Formats: sequence, structure tokens, C-alpha cells
Amino acid sequence: MELTPQSELTLGKAEKLPVAKLTAVQYVIAAILVVLAVGLWRLEVVGADNFRALAEANRIRKVPVLAPRGRLFDREGRLLVDNYPSVSCFILREQVKDLEADMALISAGLHMTPDQIRATLKRYESAPKYQPIPLKQDITPDEQAFIEAHRNELPELETLEEQRRLYPRDGFAAHLIGYVGEISEDDLNKEKYAFYQPGDVVGKSGIEATYDALLRGVDGSRDVIVNSHGKEIGHLGQTLAQPGKDLKLTIDLDIQMAAERAMEGKTGAVIAMDPHTGEILALVSRPTFDPNQFAVRLTRSYWNEILNNPDHPLMNKAIQAQLAPGSTFKIIMSYAGLQEGRAQSLHVMCNGGATFYGHFYACDARHGAVDIHRAIPQSCDTFYYTLANDLGIDMIAKYATELGFSQRTGIDLPDEMMGTMPSTQWKLKTFHEKWFAGEVISVGIGQGAVTATPVQLARAIGGIASGGVLHRPHLVFPDEVPPDQLEAVHETFPGSGEKTVPLSTDNWQIITDAMAETTISGTAASSHLEGIDFAGKTGTAQVMSHDALARSGGGHKTVPNAWFVGMAPRRNPDIVVAVLWENGNWGNNSAKLGAQIIDAFVTKQRKRDNNIRIAAAPMPATPAPAQQPSAQVAPAALKPKTAEVTN
Amino acid sequence: MFRLSSYRDFDWVLLGFVMLLSVISVLEIKSATLHTKFHGFDQKQIGFLAAGLFLMFVISMIDYHRLLDIVPWAYGISILSLLAVKLVGQKVLGARRWINLGGGIHFQPSEWVKLVLIVAVARYFWNLGGRELSWRDIGKAFALVCIPMMLVLMQPDMGTSLTYFPVLLCGLFLGGIRLKQAAILVLIFTVLIGGAWKSGKLLKPYQKARLTAFIDPDEDPKGKGYQIRQSLIAVGSGGIWGKGANKGTQTQGDFLPIPYTDFIFAAFCEEHGFVGALGVLLIYFLILMRLIQNAQTAADLPGAYIIMGIVAVIVFQIAVNIGMVVGLMPVTGIPLPLMSYGGSSILFTFLSLGIVMNIRMRRFVN
Repeated sequence: MELTPQSELTLGKAEKLPVAKLTAVQYVIAAILVVLAVGLWRLEVVGADNFRALAEANRIRKVPVLAPRGRLFDREGRLLVDNYPSVSCFILREQVKDLEADMALISAGLHMTPDQIRATLKRYESAPKYQPIPLKQDITPDEQAFIEAHRNELPELETLEEQRRLYPRDGFAAHLIGYVGEISEDDLNKEKYAFYQPGDVVGKSGIEATYDALLRGVDGSRDVIVNSHGKEIGHLGQTLAQPGKDLKLTIDLDIQMAAERAMEGKTGAVIAMDPHTGEILALVSRPTFDPNQFAVRLTRSYWNEILNNPDHPLMNKAIQAQLAPGSTFKIIMSYAGLQEGRAQSLHVMCNGGATFYGHFYACDARHGAVDIHRAIPQSCDTFYYTLANDLGIDMIAKYATELGFSQRTGIDLPDEMMGTMPSTQWKLKTFHEKWFAGEVISVGIGQGAVTATPVQLARAIGGIASGGVLHRPHLVFPDEVPPDQLEAVHETFPGSGEKTVPLSTDNWQIITDAMAETTISGTAASSHLEGIDFAGKTGTAQVMSHDALARSGGGHKTVPNAWFVGMAPRRNPDIVVAVLWENGNWGNNSAKLGAQIIDAFVTKQRKRDNNIRIAAAPMPATPAPAQQPSAQVAPAALKPKTAEVTN
Repeated sequence: MFRLSSYRDFDWVLLGFVMLLSVISVLEIKSATLHTKFHGFDQKQIGFLAAGLFLMFVISMIDYHRLLDIVPWAYGISILSLLAVKLVGQKVLGARRWINLGGGIHFQPSEWVKLVLIVAVARYFWNLGGRELSWRDIGKAFALVCIPMMLVLMQPDMGTSLTYFPVLLCGLFLGGIRLKQAAILVLIFTVLIGGAWKSGKLLKPYQKARLTAFIDPDEDPKGKGYQIRQSLIAVGSGGIWGKGANKGTQTQGDFLPIPYTDFIFAAFCEEHGFVGALGVLLIYFLILMRLIQNAQTAADLPGAYIIMGIVAVIVFQIAVNIGMVVGLMPVTGIPLPLMSYGGSSILFTFLSLGIVMNIRMRRFVN
């Protein structure tokens, strides 16, 4: 390109651009601007509502505000289960730039090894990237301070405060209270959990599961304004969480503590119940577990420990152990025999056993001449062999079923088992075989095919103790629960329900007198409680046949199960107990445990009666129990050995 | 000779409109960076504007014919500087566009090359003396523009390189291309662009993806469609009256990408609505009409060509940027003149306006 001298340019030829072309350019520009304006019109006027909704959805996040779970109290208002605020640390993977570079810092601050951190991240590898990963739960104030102090260097760390369950220590009352945990995928598909979200904490067992709908409350939410990184930059409003309902249980902390103490170091279960109402005063199953371990993240070692324990700590033996009731069944036999008018006149000569259908059936001792009044306290097998043979299996089954055998009691706890009451029908249905007359002999002493759960026995004995009125055992006072919810609970846990069985006063007198005699001169004599009108019946149930026992060569697991059912006072009893000590060897051993619990109960009753007398004078009554003890106090107060509950 | 009295003919009206837009720009940049680490960019923009105004007055003092004289040299230096960028330029976000001059000053040659091209094209077509364009003339004009264009495209900076093209189109139109020639050129281009698109040599995959994302931004809302989608939400949610200054949720919540540069119009629309947006379009219209009027009254053809070249670049930038913001055009990274934050863009615009003033002031003088 050649350079043109300036002089030539400045001469100016008065040239002009054609006006038409400039006008054309003006039109083009106008057209372009009109098109842009139409584009703006389309978005800002026509589509405004739609885009406004999109913009709101962009910036507003609903952050759930978790409702605190309802607390649990005993019948006198003493705190059993509380909540405590807990802080967890999460990793926001969208904020992670170079985790390996930050590893040393995070590891030191959160007291985790780099391998633990990597393992946690790996476990959630397949989860969506925006989902925060729980790195460490229940972090200490120091660890929380560390995260706050390193907000800039470690934007990937986030904390979340939530309310956690605080259960009594050492597995105290664990089986009746249950535990909570994150809802499982299976549960989410069930109709009952239709309104639950993944990640929700729900009751998994015990009262926590049964009354979950009441205890959980209604979560609220906060509408927060976030920026494109999800960081909170303001908030709009909130829906308050409705805390879950506090529930008062029928449990009496003192009786529960006595029962826990009685069962310490043993395998088995205890149920104590008010026979007039069905209110459970104590429920213990051993071995137990620590529900707090489930409330925070369950460690693999603890889970393995529970899983590998041959005594099944998660099993609630009070409602799930289906075992031969042994001689405690003789109460049911007596009831059947007396109501049929056969037992009153039955007299047998016990020479250490008797022969039926060509087989010799042994008795524990040579009782000599035995009638019903001696048969119960002495637990004479020969008498009951004869009575069973006389009544026949279907008659026995009829009366046992009346008293709730082979049916669930309907207790408000999940997964109750129903036990077995054999009959000709039952055998035909189950084994497609006919019943052999000889099989009834061992059923007469609570062996053979008959099995029962401790709660079934407690309810049956309660029915007899109260003169024929059977109640649905329950752990929560019915007036604590809204009627529709209570109905739902009853529907979920159907049982034989409330009923009255025919029991004549004479027959009631015979049975309860004989049971009282049992604790004085009978098989439970060593558990006699001086000055307490205490009645009961022991049971020693073989866990295997004599032949099998001989083959097994012995060992702890072959030792018989020790049972006891009892009541106090004998007339108009306020408490019945059922004790199962697995491999406890001798029913009398269980009777001692039962006596401890009854002793605790009666001692407490007496103290209260005295207090009532004092209160009648112009003196203030005992102070009302604190309704809201602090969370820190609760577990210590509940610790059986250290607690002193005043009354 | 430069005389102070020439400022009687300075286009104060044009400057008024320009300053009005500049104020709007500063306010919107302030709003868009309120909660970000770019807080304070409005102050820097004021600095750029001051520098721009100063340069505008300086360049208005130098007779534009002098620029026409030196443009061949400038053109040569332009090519060399673009090559230098390729060799020693600073790599930012995978592209080499800036030369670090030290002291925190980054020089983007592609911006000043734009100005050189405008003058060079004006000189070229004026030299042709108004005769009917031969294919040879057209070929030379293409070479003149396409050589720097290719160099910028290689940086890669598709946005800036595209702004060179309207200068050529404007020159061809005003320089007298015949309808038949134009038709043939359109045909050739259609075939060439189609071929280049398919071969994949001309454009990088991400550039292609950005070009197609505007057709259906919802197809990949978290990825390539994200910017355009968030921009549409910002503009649309502004409604007729807007959400108010500093109250745009898309802008303040950091959903709108780079709301102070390429997407500043989206931020403005969100906060000031359809009414505000129409106001800005009106100001642009008035500025452009004023420029064309200056071209019409220019003392000679090269002056008119230069102004029309400037008009072509500004119109192109407005069309592409606002078109992008409202979803009519692909995302190309072209700043909105007088509105977007950024020194290079401001300086180019004010230098251009300085030349326009220059031409207008010499209308009666030389």
C-alpha cells in the first residue's frame, strides 16, 4: 500500500457518501434495535412470571429445621430419654479444590487419619456431587472451633447442628425404649413412611418405633437466600418446627432399676405389670445393648460385637423368647382342671412318677398323696400328668387360649412373638399328623410343644390374679396418646385384647392360696418374703430331651431355663412379675429374682403409704418430681448403681 | 492546525449521551460487584473513563488525515504485535490475548488493531476513488481485514476477531460493491463456513458448543447452557419495572456469570426492567444516529468512511452482546460498548469517539 502525501488529502474533493446508503444503514440499525427490543419484550413482559419463578427457585433453598424428638418420662415424671445438641462436620465436594493438599490440616484439626477421611469419601463416591458427606459426627467444641477458624482455607468443611437422642447408660431399659436411626431404603417404600424423606431419623425399635409418629413432631424449614455456590447470603422466613410429644411411660423407674439389678450378668427377661390395668412397670431383657451407639453412627466393631453375641442382645426376650414355660404352666393346667370340675376331686399317689401309654414319666420327688392344694406348691408332675391325661389336649388348649396362649398380647412394642399352644387342630395344620394321646402328658407340665413368651405368662397370671380380667399390656398411658393414634397402634399390634375369663371365686381362692403356699413351704420357699403376702410359681424347663442331653455332653447351654411367675399382694395384687432366666438351672433361682422385684415394689408402696399419712397432717407432701431435668443429669441419675431416687 | 476555537464544533450532544451511558454503566458495575471479590471495579471503571476522556480530547487535536498518513505503518506494527502476543503473551484462561507491559498494565493489541483496521479500510476504499469494485479490489480488502482476523482468532479470541468483519462489510457496502458480487460472496461464505464447521479446524469444540448452546440452553443447563440460561432468567425476571438497583437476585446471588462485563446488560435488565432496557436502547440509537449524521456532514470521504467503520463496530457489538443476553445470539464474549467493565473496551470506544469529534471539528476548518 503506497503512502499518500498529506497535501493531497487535505485538498478535499468535497466528496460525500451517497445519502441513500447512509439512510439504508440507519434503517438497518433501527431494525436491529427493534429486533432486540422485541427480544426484551418477549422475556421481560411475556415471560416475566415464568422467569421470576425460575429466579426464585434459583436463590431460595428450604433448609429443614429438625423438630426435637419428644422426651420419655417414667410414670412419675422422671426423665428417661432426652435430647442433646450435637454438631457434625460435613464435606461439600463442590467446594473441594485439592483435598490432598488440605489433608494434613483437616486430619490434625478433626483428629482423623487421612485414611479415615479418604475412606469416608470413597464410601460416598457414587452419591450426587451436591450432597454433603458426613465426615465426622458429634464433633468436639475444639473441632468446631477449628472449622470456624479455617473457613477461608477449608471452604469444603461445613458444620450442622442437630438434636440427638440421649439414652440412659449401660443399656438401661434399652429393649423397651428402643433406639432411633436413619430410615432405611426398604422403609421408605412402605406406606407407613410415605411422608418420610431419605435421611430422616426414625424410631427403629421399642417405644421409639411404636410411637414414632408422636415423638418425631413436625420438621419446620427456613427459607434462606443462597448464591450460586449455595452459600447462605440472607433469609426470608421460616416455618417453626413442632417439637415431638413428650411421652409418659407406665414404667416405674424404681421397679425398672430393681429388675435391671436382678438380671445383671444373666440372660433372660423380666416383666412386671399392674394386673388391674396392664400397665408395664418394668421390662428388662438381657443381654442388652447401648442405644446411644445407634443414635450416632454405628461402628462396625460394635455392630459385629452385637451380631456375634450368641445371646442376641437386640432380641427383646420379654416379648420374643418363645420357650417351654415348664411348671409355670401348671397354673394354667390348674385353672383348666378346676373350671372343668376335675381338679377338685383329683387325688394321685406320687411315687416319683407314673406310667402312661407304656412310658414312664418321672416326677422330681416322691410326693406321696397329692391333691390340687399340694400339687401347686410342690409342683408335683405326677398330678399334672394325670390331670392332662384326664382333660385331653383340646380342653387344655381351650383354657390356655382363653388366657392368651398362642396369641400376641398386643403389647405396644414391635415384633412380639405368639408362642405355641398345641392342639389336635394345630398338629394337623402344622405337621399334617394326628395327635397322639400320649403327647398330652408332657404338655401337662409345660414341656413338649407348648411355648410361651414372658409377657404372655405375665398377662395370663395377671388374669388369674385379678379374678379373670385380662388386660392388654402397655408401656404408654393411653391418655397420653390421641385416640386415632392409639387406635393405629392397636391395629398395628393386634392381640387378644381386653377380656374377662370365667373364674369362680372358689377356684381363684384355691389357685392363689396354693401359689402363696409355694413361697412359704413350696418350691419357692427360699425366696419367701417375710411380712409380704407374696404368691408365685416356679418353673424349670428342660432345654432338650434327656436323650439329647446325654448326647450333647453337657455345657452351659444345656442347663434348664428357670422361670418364675408371681404376684403381690396375693389378694387384689398390684403387681405380677414373670421372670425368665435362661439356663438358670432351677426355677427357685428365678423366684429369688422375682422376690427382689416384688420386695422393691412393696417397700416403695409402704413408703408411699407412710407419706400419705404424713401428708394428711399439715405438712407439705413430697416434692413433685422435676419435669425437665437437664440432659446431663439424666443418664447419671438413671445409672442403677449410683442413683438414689427419693420418694 | 489545531485551534481551541474548533471546540465550537465539538459534538457536545454526542458526548452527553455517551456520558449518560457511562454513568449508568458505573452504577450497574457497582451493583453487580457489590457482594463479590470484584467489589470496587466501579471505581476502576471511573478511572478508565477518565483516561478515555483524556485520550479522546488528545486524539481530537490530531488531524485525522495524519492518522490516514501513518496507517500503513500502524497496520504493519499491528500484525507484528499480534504475532508477539502469540509468542510472549500472557496466557489467561487458556488464551493469549494480553502483553504484560509491567506495572500491572496489560495491553490487549486486538483492541487497538480494531482502530487501525477502521482507518486502514477507510483509506483503502477512499483510494479506490469511488470506482466500481473489481474482484481484485474485493480480494485485497478481504486480505486487509482477514489477516489480523485470523491472527486474533488463533489467540483464541473469537469475539474480538469477529468485530473486525463488520468494518470490511461496511467498507464494501459504502465502497460500491455490486449486488451480484455481494450475492456471490454470500454464497461462497455459506459454503466456506459450513465446511469449516464440519472440519473442526477453525473453531475449537468449546467455541462450537457455545455457539450452539443458545439454540437450546436447557439441553445442558449446568454446562454450556448455564450462562445463557441464567442470563435469560435474569432478564426475564426483571419484568417491566425491574427489581430495583442492587436488588437483582440473579446478579447479587452470583447466578449470573460475569455480570460486570459481558453480561452487564442482563444485570441491568434484571434490576431496571423492560423500561430501563428500552431507555438504554434508545440512548444507543441516538448515539448511532448522531454518528451517522457526523458521517454525512464529514468534510471528505475518508472521514465519512472512518465514522461509518466505527458505527459498524459499535452496532455489531451492541447486536451481538444484547442479542446474546436475550438469547437471540450465541455467547461470544463481546463487550457491550460503554456499558461493560474493562479498560481496553472503554479506551477503544473513547478513542473512536475522539476521531469522530476530530472529523466533525475539521468540517469547516481545513
